[in-house]
Amino acid sequence: MNTPRITTIRSVKHETSTVTTFTFQDPVSIVPGQFYMIWIPGVDEIPMSVSSISPSLKGITFRRVGDATEALEKRGKGDAIGIRGPYGNGFSLRGRRPIFVAGGTGAAMLAPAVERMQQQHKHTTVIIGAKTKDDLFFEHRLTRTGAKVLVTTDDGSKGFHGFATDLAKNILQQNPYDTMYTCGPEPMMKALLSLRLPPVFEASIERYMKCAIGLCGQCCIGEGLRVCADGPIFDATTLRKIPEFGRYQRDAAGRKVSLS
Amino acid sequence: MPNLTTTIGPLTLKNPTILASGIMDEDAGSIRRMIAGGAGAVVTKSIGITPRDGYPNPTVVETTCGLLNAMGLPNPGIDTFTTELDELKKSPVPVIGSIYGKDAEEFKILAKKMQHHHADALELNVSCPHAKHYGMEVGMDPDILADITQAVTTAVHIPVFVKLSPNVTDITSLAQAVQEAGADAIVAINTLKGMTIDLDLRRPVLANKTGGYSGPAIKPVGIRCVYDISQHVTIPVIGVGGITTGTDVIEYLMAGASAVQIGTAVYLRGPSVFSLITKELRAWLTKHHVDNLADLIGAAHP
Repeated sequence: MNTPRITTIRSVKHETSTVTTFTFQDPVSIVPGQFYMIWIPGVDEIPMSVSSISPSLKGITFRRVGDATEALEKRGKGDAIGIRGPYGNGFSLRGRRPIFVAGGTGAAMLAPAVERMQQQHKHTTVIIGAKTKDDLFFEHRLTRTGAKVLVTTDDGSKGFHGFATDLAKNILQQNPYDTMYTCGPEPMMKALLSLRLPPVFEASIERYMKCAIGLCGQCCIGEGLRVCADGPIFDATTLRKIPEFGRYQRDAAGRKVSLS
Repeated sequence: MPNLTTTIGPLTLKNPTILASGIMDEDAGSIRRMIAGGAGAVVTKSIGITPRDGYPNPTVVETTCGLLNAMGLPNPGIDTFTTELDELKKSPVPVIGSIYGKDAEEFKILAKKMQHHHADALELNVSCPHAKHYGMEVGMDPDILADITQAVTTAVHIPVFVKLSPNVTDITSLAQAVQEAGADAIVAINTLKGMTIDLDLRRPVLANKTGGYSGPAIKPVGIRCVYDISQHVTIPVIGVGGITTGTDVIEYLMAGASAVQIGTAVYLRGPSVFSLITKELRAWLTKHHVDNLADLIGAAHP
């Protein structure tokens, strides 16, 4: 039943000055890339991808970007939140030599996918792009999986000086990857689409959501593709046919808002 | 092969399944997907004069045998929405523009703009159970309802449908008022006003507290309303409420509906629900040796 389940926050960890991780009990099975609707009672209900997966505990990692996340950030251990889901398709996790490209808070949803693939002894490479070294999170967690982790910062304060897409372009020319998984700002993912990509490319799309069960049409892109139910993960062929990809999204009233 | 064609005034539908307002219908791409899913006609999101964000989430929650929603009439406003309508100019099936307003003047402005941007018909939303100053508040008084209907029917030449609320004492008197004011068809029913409470938090789940209940549970209410209305008016009735399968459609036809609208079943059975239901209809008609679907309209009446 698509009704919120009430759970309490089990742990709180501040990853950066604006990024926070909560864990809570929810003994359901989740495919990396799927998301929950998180109900902050009296405030809002917003989609949030799952950032850690164990049989009983699940985690979400979010940046303070608006009223809802600001209110959520103020909740602490023992406070009640509502959750429903998991929703969406999740990553296919195919490939023997995958490369992950995370931009901004994208590392939050990619981390469980990296962990899952490393458990299956794949040769995984991860690029984490951040504005500055202070905005980086999950670097150590991802390194611990045995994956090759490459950091980029826009200001050069750590790792490669430049965008994640610049580094991706360089290393794609030198290495035979068979899959690419990405989550981050849409203009970044759109830029990746123009590179010489591995045969499998999957990107996670974010849109304003209301029902999250494929009914209301709020999160639709292209020819009625529901990000909540048909996505949030889409492949390169599908994304190339979506004219608004990387260009605009729709606000709560359904008006187009530029993404650049 | 049985004939599934039905008519509502001057509109001819290749099959009687219409996409209900509020479902996958805020942009042209989504509407095209519903048409590809087999809809015989589509109704747009309810559109007003100015943009509206709607209510904060939660706006939709599942309950036993149905869904409760309080979207709060989110829409980009008529002047933005017309660009979506223009993209649907060559739609292979009729596009019905749903509009809401606070008075007859607003409805008239919206109706003219919808017509100018190629809408094939209009649906007046005078029955939304959860938007303050709009919807049900204008649709419960026969005089106001007649006033709005007349203002619109005299302002446009395309057919005008009026969607009625079941949250009233006597739906038939509203239907009669609408017919006398010149409406071309009646759409019945909108959702039933309801509420659901979270026991752990001891508070209503919907941000708006109350919402509209839809889905299989409300079908008997819809059937009763369509049956009563069709005994009191001569214009066509479009049945809506809980339709999920082909036999649900047959039941509405027998109650007096000329066509039906489908909403919640898009969630229950997916975007191709219209094709699935049409296939079930065809099978039922074949099995019962009915050549024309239209022959069943009102079959349950004495």
